Amino acid sequence: MSKRRVVVTGLGCISPLGNNVSTTWEGILGGKSGVNLIENFDTEKFSTKFAAQVKDFNAADYMNPKDTKKMDGFIQYGYAAAVEAIKDSGIVATEKNAGRIGVAIGSGIGGLDTIEKNYAAMTRSGPRRISPFFVPAAIINMISGNVSIEYGFKGPNIAITTACTTGTHNIGYSARTIAYGDADVMISGGAEMASGMLGMGGFGAARALSTRNDDPQAASRPWDKDRDGFVLGDGAAVLVLEEYEHAKARGATIYAEVTGFGMSGDAYHMTSPSENGAGAAASMQNALNDAGMNAADVNYINAHGTSTLAGDVAESQACKSIYGADADKIVISSTKSMTGHLLGAAGAIEALFCVLALRDQVVPGTINLDNVDPACDLDYVPNQSRQMALQHVLSNSFGFGGTNGSLIFSKI
Amino acid sequence: MSSIEDRVKKIVCEQLGAKEEDVTAQASFIDDLGADSLDTVNLVMALEEEFETEIPDEESEKLQTVQNAIDYINTHLA
Repeated sequence: MSKRRVVVTGLGCISPLGNNVSTTWEGILGGKSGVNLIENFDTEKFSTKFAAQVKDFNAADYMNPKDTKKMDGFIQYGYAAAVEAIKDSGIVATEKNAGRIGVAIGSGIGGLDTIEKNYAAMTRSGPRRISPFFVPAAIINMISGNVSIEYGFKGPNIAITTACTTGTHNIGYSARTIAYGDADVMISGGAEMASGMLGMGGFGAARALSTRNDDPQAASRPWDKDRDGFVLGDGAAVLVLEEYEHAKARGATIYAEVTGFGMSGDAYHMTSPSENGAGAAASMQNALNDAGMNAADVNYINAHGTSTLAGDVAESQACKSIYGADADKIVISSTKSMTGHLLGAAGAIEALFCVLALRDQVVPGTINLDNVDPACDLDYVPNQSRQMALQHVLSNSFGFGGTNGSLIFSKI
Repeated sequence: MSSIEDRVKKIVCEQLGAKEEDVTAQASFIDDLGADSLDTVNLVMALEEEFETEIPDEESEKLQTVQNAIDYINTHLA
């Protein structure tokens, strides 16, 4: 069976840089930081007192106000991003096509905030104080569930959870689902809201977070020699993927084509990347094989680039090993320098940035890159976005557990 | 202090997202105000909190309308 072609026809996001695609993209191209001091709880005893949080979000703008109480923040973000993406695509379910439209929007962690609140209520006043909405408000597949219920999408309904690779895997899975013929349209992406006490405390305990409390907006600095960990980010991004002929037939706006998807496992360590970035390299190579491309065909890589000591070096090594003699052609940047690390939403929002990069023929910069780590010697597009001709771009995601995913998008 | 009736109606409005004019004494939570089974459990919890009481499950199942809730509170708390 020949593979069906898959294109992107809708985009939506809620991010630390803005609550829609255009504001967020403007922030990215302008090199803005979305990082802020945390004010929703007392951070005195927390080693990290900042995150890249979503600002001025009003869930009731997207749904019945009564339903907001039934969804954790991560579901609200994911749902809101889906609303924007579906509207952008113009997709409408009918009796005839409903079964051919699916949803795959995941989250890395899910409803931590809701778990925290209900546990507190139970400890304080007993099990009868646990909300009847606790479980459906907290579990990860409820973005996919709520979106399908609202829009009547009766195709595949799923939510892949693979830590920081969640968004990438959901999009890759969605593209495969369409290519294989199980659906004509997939609403795909990821969402996260982990900047509460348990999330900040947990990632802090794992020593994964930057502690640059005196200058939070300079804390996410991938490949800079003074980087000291990642900055937790909240938000969501959703891409509407569609079979090419289906999109053409209805006159949809086609942003880009999904041409490659690859995955791999590190088989190495719970939280550290495999030596020399071997797992990352395998993931990129598998995506290139799927696309039938050579590394040198890829004009830009949107890195996983989290600003951790080991991860940034490993990814640079992985890229060099894939490009081989063409390593001087690598153009790679990390938008996490601006958005922070959106965990389960990271791969989705970075896929969205790749699609917009292709549309506008511009590469986002890596901000806060003042002194490049000598162990990292690629063109990281320091501090300024750059106009350049782009035909194929690649997005990387790597997660705890050694779960890797890479997507390739192409201009059409 | 507002009356028990007003307090019950206010909670019903808040919890079910219902309009004030729809929350009549005869209104049924499920048939008239669009509640589902989870909403009704949540509503009972909110009533318990407002009136600092515990409504046993076998009693809460009988609370189908706004008037049922008002009567229950009046009987057990007044």
